[in-house]
Amino acid sequence: MQYRVLPLHNMRIFIHSRTNHWISGSNPVNVIIEAQNLRKNFGDLVAVDGIAFSVKKGEVFGFLGPNGAGKTTTMKMIASVSPRTSGVLQVFGMDPDVQPAEIKQHLGVVPQETNLDPDFTCFGNLFTYSGYFDIPAQTAQKRSDELLEFVQLQEKRDVEVEKLSGGMKRRLILARALVNNPDLLILDEPTIGLDPQARHLIWEKLKTLQAQGNTIVLTTHYLDEAARLCDRLVIMDQGEILVEGAPADLVKLHVGEEIVEVEKSAEVLSCLAGHNIPYEVTGDTVQIATDSSREIAKILLDCCQPKKMLTRPATLEDVFLKLTGRTLRD
Amino acid sequence: MAHLFSLPPISSRAGRVWHRNLVVFVRTWKVNFFPPLVDALLYLFAIGLGIGTYIKEVDGVPYINFIAPAILAISVMNSAFFECTYGSYVRMYYQKSFDAMIATPLSIEDVIAGELLWGATRSVLYVAIMLPVLVAFSVISLPLSLLALPLAFLGGLMFAAIAMCFTAITPGIDTLNYPMFLFITPMMLFSGTFFPLSLLPEAFQYIALALLPLTHIVAIMRMFTLPALSWIILLHLAWIAAVTIIFCVISINLMKKRLIV
Repeated sequence: MQYRVLPLHNMRIFIHSRTNHWISGSNPVNVIIEAQNLRKNFGDLVAVDGIAFSVKKGEVFGFLGPNGAGKTTTMKMIASVSPRTSGVLQVFGMDPDVQPAEIKQHLGVVPQETNLDPDFTCFGNLFTYSGYFDIPAQTAQKRSDELLEFVQLQEKRDVEVEKLSGGMKRRLILARALVNNPDLLILDEPTIGLDPQARHLIWEKLKTLQAQGNTIVLTTHYLDEAARLCDRLVIMDQGEILVEGAPADLVKLHVGEEIVEVEKSAEVLSCLAGHNIPYEVTGDTVQIATDSSREIAKILLDCCQPKKMLTRPATLEDVFLKLTGRTLRD
Repeated sequence: MAHLFSLPPISSRAGRVWHRNLVVFVRTWKVNFFPPLVDALLYLFAIGLGIGTYIKEVDGVPYINFIAPAILAISVMNSAFFECTYGSYVRMYYQKSFDAMIATPLSIEDVIAGELLWGATRSVLYVAIMLPVLVAFSVISLPLSLLALPLAFLGGLMFAAIAMCFTAITPGIDTLNYPMFLFITPMMLFSGTFFPLSLLPEAFQYIALALLPLTHIVAIMRMFTLPALSWIILLHLAWIAAVTIIFCVISINLMKKRLIV
């Protein structure tokens, strides 16, 4: 495998200075979450290793990373259910260690695991959950019905949640996260295990919520989802933030505009090396990241006798694999 | 160790958790209403009328009247203990209800306190359903036996708290069988329930009084139902109150240790 050398270190310093700019910005009300040197240890295991980020009001902010990168742990710290080991964390300007109930009053959380209450119907789930926020019964009733409609489950209003499909359960969880009209939505893999229809519906709803001015923090393994939804995102690995930025900027900066894929062969490899073109081999494919696929394609066609070749736009997935490698994580 | 005994901060939101469990109880009332009724009748027929034909009297009291308060006391124990072992474990582990709750303004302390209060309430409801049956068979006296209800709450809270400690440390649902067989069953037999405590060897009597919570519930319950009040009730109540407070504190702290990481 061969990579272009990445100015990763400089990049992070650059990010930090940007982050600090927001934190110390003239309008602190607009900063919803601020984290500095945030750290979480489980015994000897360092789950989150001194990360810094800040989320502005109205933003959709994504946490990407392989399994074990520390995304869910970070989510739980923001959601004020898991105490941090050290560092600074402020949500709505409050410290989760000091004012968890006040913070949680304004949060909506979609957890990774489906934890709807199986002893209730769809409506019952929303209504009971409203009670935990001290929402008066009448308001809760009205709001629960509105939300069922919002996630298109009004026909399942009086059905026990056990009888719902996976996609319906995820939609109901999203509705449940909205009972208190939250100022910040925390979504931990909101579309995990859903079919394309259900995913698109959830995306649509999240877009609507964003348009209404909600701030959303989410984790996902689906990079197309991240590219589609997130204004800004970070890619984490082993408890650290590798990069931060807008999806399109990250692609441009770390991979380039386009990817040329060629079937691997000895001729192609030696030919690329001869032309000093950096490439990466994955399985049977050689990938060349470039800003000008035309040029690369021309060289390949003219000199390298490629068998199969295709050009495609570079995606967030290319950035992700480039930064976090292709080794499997568990 | 110190954190085990630190006083947990509990808010009135614990009532929300209690209320959630009550709503589910009412929703499934048919399942919940008959066990106490059947329970009471089974005991009365099997032990009262069956064994009772051989044993006419214990300490000058008709045998069936002697065991009636024990039936109530055992129900107090069982209903709270089951609720806060199997019931709470299922809600915690399988249903992930506690995780869902602590994502709201509820704290884990509120959640566990609500569960404990609910366990105690289960005991009260159970006893409330059994009382009319026992009254109908005129094996308990009124009106003093009505004090069984507040006693059920206090005793229920004690057993709920002890149960919650087991729930907090159990590796899985199967291991909850151990406290059932090693703690609950012996207690059901040796706490002055079906025969007077005084029949036990003296050393065992002291052990029962010192270590078996049910002994104290049975003793007080019997004072109410016979009725035969004495000042010793204060000692029993003090023992129960002390154990209840200690285990409520420990159970909440243990659960927090298990769930907040």
